[in-house]
Amino acid sequence: MNSHNERLYLYPVWIRVWHMTNALLCLILIITGLSIQFSNPSTVVKFKVAVSVHNIAGTILAISYALFFIGNLFTRNGVFYVIEVKGFLNRMMAQFRYYTIGIFRNESPPFPVTVNSKFNPLQQFSYVALMYALVPLVILSGLGLLYPEITVNSIMGASGLDITDLIHLAAGFLITIFMCIHIYFCTIGKTPTSNFKSMIDGYHESH
Amino acid sequence: MNYKTNIRPAWVVLLMLLGFAIIFILAKRNDTVSPVSQKTQQVEPESKTIFDILSFKNAPENENCLKCHGQSKYTFENNESGKMVNKRMYSELIVSRNDFYVSNHRQFKCTDCHSEDYGTFPHSGNLRMEAKATCIDCHGGDEKYAKFEFEKIDTAFMASVHSQKHSEDFTCWMCHNPHTYKINARSNENLKETIAYDNLICLNCHGDIKNYQLLTDKKKPNLIDKHDWLPNQASHFTSVRCIECHARNEDTLIVAHHVVPKAMAVRKCESCHAKNSILYASLYKYQVEENIQKSGLIKGLFFRETSTIGPDQNQTLNIISLCIFGLTLGIIFLHAIFRYKNSK
Repeated sequence: MNSHNERLYLYPVWIRVWHMTNALLCLILIITGLSIQFSNPSTVVKFKVAVSVHNIAGTILAISYALFFIGNLFTRNGVFYVIEVKGFLNRMMAQFRYYTIGIFRNESPPFPVTVNSKFNPLQQFSYVALMYALVPLVILSGLGLLYPEITVNSIMGASGLDITDLIHLAAGFLITIFMCIHIYFCTIGKTPTSNFKSMIDGYHESH
Repeated sequence: MNYKTNIRPAWVVLLMLLGFAIIFILAKRNDTVSPVSQKTQQVEPESKTIFDILSFKNAPENENCLKCHGQSKYTFENNESGKMVNKRMYSELIVSRNDFYVSNHRQFKCTDCHSEDYGTFPHSGNLRMEAKATCIDCHGGDEKYAKFEFEKIDTAFMASVHSQKHSEDFTCWMCHNPHTYKINARSNENLKETIAYDNLICLNCHGDIKNYQLLTDKKKPNLIDKHDWLPNQASHFTSVRCIECHARNEDTLIVAHHVVPKAMAVRKCESCHAKNSILYASLYKYQVEENIQKSGLIKGLFFRETSTIGPDQNQTLNIISLCIFGLTLGIIFLHAIFRYKNSK
């Protein structure tokens, strides 16, 4: 347990660079993705521009994800994503209780940030689901749409391209939902802006 | 937390990706159809078809013609020398038995459409001037053929660039050889085969300089170069019929015949990859209706309104997504309000 006002260096440069790149690319991909999906002559971003930007940003995201993936295979940062299965559900419920009740009673967070445990159980679950399920899905399905030749023609009688499209949209949608919640939850820090500062200077301020 | 006893999720994903790659390669092996193999699929079954030709109604009579016109040479006795002479048959006068006896007109006898005078050899020179019947001559105004809408096809064809630019030289037979024509879009359940069959009709002239030059002195454009602006060109060529972009699509005609000048061809991605796309008008509209009945749950439930990539959305999914999104923002908003009040 850390003392109050302790500054922990939790986010090394590569994580911060990757995180910022990722955030920016996700925003671009959401905006252009929506423009493509709901394309009509009055869409803010023109269809042709939206498609090109989406394809380029998607490719960069895939490369950036590969770096993140390799980084988490071999550096210490990968340890934060390891879920201790035993009692995990209870720990998640405790964190959920904190966010829904405890926080309004000014209780202390049940799983304070330490050098060995950067994420609380809910963060851990959502980040693993995001980075190791949704993002790979969105990248692979995106690749299948970018090069339709590689997409399987039919899956159980349905068009492979339609299934790929649906996976891409569903994963993209869930990532968008994640981003909204993620950005809001970042305001739950020592001050509403302290977590945003952490992602710039690398230091986490405990509250 | 004991890190050493647990596995990093990245390794799990890596293993899954490896498994996925293997499944993917196996699945691709089963369903990869290259344009070349499609063409082979299209042509070979017919040329290899084994059937009893004589079982067709007028086959014995037709054999009188096909014994010469069914092969690349013909033999006759020279009256003056008394010798048997072999001559080469002009390629355009050859009718393949294999093609004819799987075509729509297979029950016809040759003299149903050609003069009875062809019964004598050598044929009279005047017979070359014989007027050829068009589709409408037999199929027009007939109740039995009403569903094929020959009159509408004729009107669309007359307005097409083919008819307008080439006057009467360009007839139905340019694309639909009466000796080999076989109905395809309505009877074939394999979409890719239908596309390949229909595109082959266009390529017969636009992909073959010999036939192209019969109608024009213009230089034949290279189709690959002309379509170099098209993303995923190979996929478009095997998944889209030429007429989807080069002919005016009408809801009521399954196969559009109003071929438009190249300047009017579809060039915008949105025209197809968008809501109310032109593809809904003909082939795909027909296919989607068929698919809902035939291909069951997945396609029927989820892909009723979807075609390919883009905004042909499923309205139910749109509403569900919007509700989830609204709910998320609502909860965030309430949470923030309570936090703000609490902090005071």
